[in-house]
Amino acid sequence: MYGFGLAKGLMVTLKNFIRPPFTIQYPEERIPQHPRFRGEEFAWYEERCTGCASCAKYCPLGIIKIVTSEGGRSPQEGGHYDIDVFDIDIGRCMFCGLCVEACPYDALFMGSGFERGRYERQDLVITVDELREAVKKPSTWFRPQLEDSGYDPHKDSALDWRAVGREKWEWHQREKAGARIKFRPARVGDKTQEGDGEARS
Amino acid sequence: MAIRTEPVTINIGPQHPSTHGVLRLRVTFDGEVIVDVEPVFGYLHRGSEKLAEERNYVQVLTLTDRLDYVASMTNNQAYCIAVEKMLGVEAPLRGQYLRVLAAELQRAASHLVATGFLLQDLGALATPLMYCFRFREKILDLFEMLCGARITVSYMRPGGVFSDAPPDFWPALDDLMQEAPHLIQELEQLLMKNEIVLVRTKNVGVLSAESAIASSVSGPVLRASGVAWDWRKMDPYDIYDRLEFDVPVGERGDNYDRFRVRIEEVKQSLRIVEQCRDEIHPGPVRADVDAEAIDLVLERRGEAEKPLAEGPVRAELPFVLRPPAGAEAYGRVEAPKGELAFYLVSDGSIAPYRCKIRSPSLINLTVLRELLVGWKLADMIVTLGSIDINMGEVDR
Repeated sequence: MYGFGLAKGLMVTLKNFIRPPFTIQYPEERIPQHPRFRGEEFAWYEERCTGCASCAKYCPLGIIKIVTSEGGRSPQEGGHYDIDVFDIDIGRCMFCGLCVEACPYDALFMGSGFERGRYERQDLVITVDELREAVKKPSTWFRPQLEDSGYDPHKDSALDWRAVGREKWEWHQREKAGARIKFRPARVGDKTQEGDGEARS
Repeated sequence: MAIRTEPVTINIGPQHPSTHGVLRLRVTFDGEVIVDVEPVFGYLHRGSEKLAEERNYVQVLTLTDRLDYVASMTNNQAYCIAVEKMLGVEAPLRGQYLRVLAAELQRAASHLVATGFLLQDLGALATPLMYCFRFREKILDLFEMLCGARITVSYMRPGGVFSDAPPDFWPALDDLMQEAPHLIQELEQLLMKNEIVLVRTKNVGVLSAESAIASSVSGPVLRASGVAWDWRKMDPYDIYDRLEFDVPVGERGDNYDRFRVRIEEVKQSLRIVEQCRDEIHPGPVRADVDAEAIDLVLERRGEAEKPLAEGPVRAELPFVLRPPAGAEAYGRVEAPKGELAFYLVSDGSIAPYRCKIRSPSLINLTVLRELLVGWKLADMIVTLGSIDINMGEVDR
């Protein structure tokens, strides 16, 4: 019978008519962001950065430019390279976050920003001065130490360089004491994985 | 007096909203009836296979996100399985559960996009599409919790996933699972028995099982033709052999069947997600390998390497992977659009020597002529929508 489907369809329309809207009026309203959000307000801690350029090497697009010069003190005295240039070209960044994954010293973090519209291409480059002065609210992406402490970049205040590292981790302490991991080309089984009871963690 | 008629060739695309991306169709019409169709593609060619040869194994993962950008999770999964096969590494159980969970959510999201756009192609402007996107949006919210991104996820890594799900992911997933049956039921109620949808899609664009197999079509297009072929059942990867689910098949292989098979698959996907949620156990999420802790001080002095007192340790997979020279692997998954596979060859360096992508959209597109000849222009758009192609994947 024709017409019956139409009536049913209109019923659905009627139901949705009284439902609160699902859409968000963006500039005024915002969807809550998760702490892991990978965005552009990079948090860079100069105190932690050694200028090793792991992030630059690991970036699939090669958009991080680092220029270092020798600092006054020798490494034995605790000196490290001075960082003259640390530019991130956001115009070509795809926010994969591999630079953060590569950083061995917890010096680089993703941020939560996503509204960097500019008229000029060169304005899209985050310079080292901008990184130094930025309010550092790091995303917890790939930084389990921040997640363990329950940090949320949208609610909590900016973090100091002392608060973001994994110094408390046992392995990190061992590494600081002079240990290095060497991989053996061995076949891998997975024996240590069956959980005992209690679903999810 | 006889009127002289002749066939007309018309270009549709590459910049046309109804061709689902930059697909160009060279169609020959006799009046309004299609005589010949020739799909022309390559307008979105980015050379992903070649780019992969210049990046290391984890960096290639970011390229896989951009193949089928409606279903990034399954792309990641296929690639990771290929790399794992080359390395001889197996992801830990919790990692595999998380991968399957994410992939099934992604399948639901991808099928919803396909359904929504199919209905839009039928002329139901915006409203059914919005219903589908409303549901998909909830799934993408979950992805943002998991990995910080909604579309280009880069969630999985060779050897598992990059990180465990955050604690507030599980309650959010519970909410979605409670809501989902209702949303799907609403969609079904609105569309599956709608006369316009039935008339426009039933017996249109019929693909027989024989020709579907002969042209190596895969995914929902193949299953709609009545062939129960699903790599999750035929060659279970990750933990699919532990899970219980059905493979929905169609009867005739027409547009309606393809549409219905997708809706049924969304239901099965949610069933799998439910099982994963209930069965997942605590544990590591990324494979670890045998390693030795070396005393760095001794090494710097140039003395013999001596393991530290702790003895052998287990460490996570290193960043830069070097599969043995000559290793090759074919990682295959059942992506939302069909059989997606990565064929990788290693020469012992940090980057793959060759990366071949078997993309389901490209191969499913080859049956287009058979589906369309004899039908009218309006059916062409609907049939193209029912194959569910993604140009990012067709052109790579």
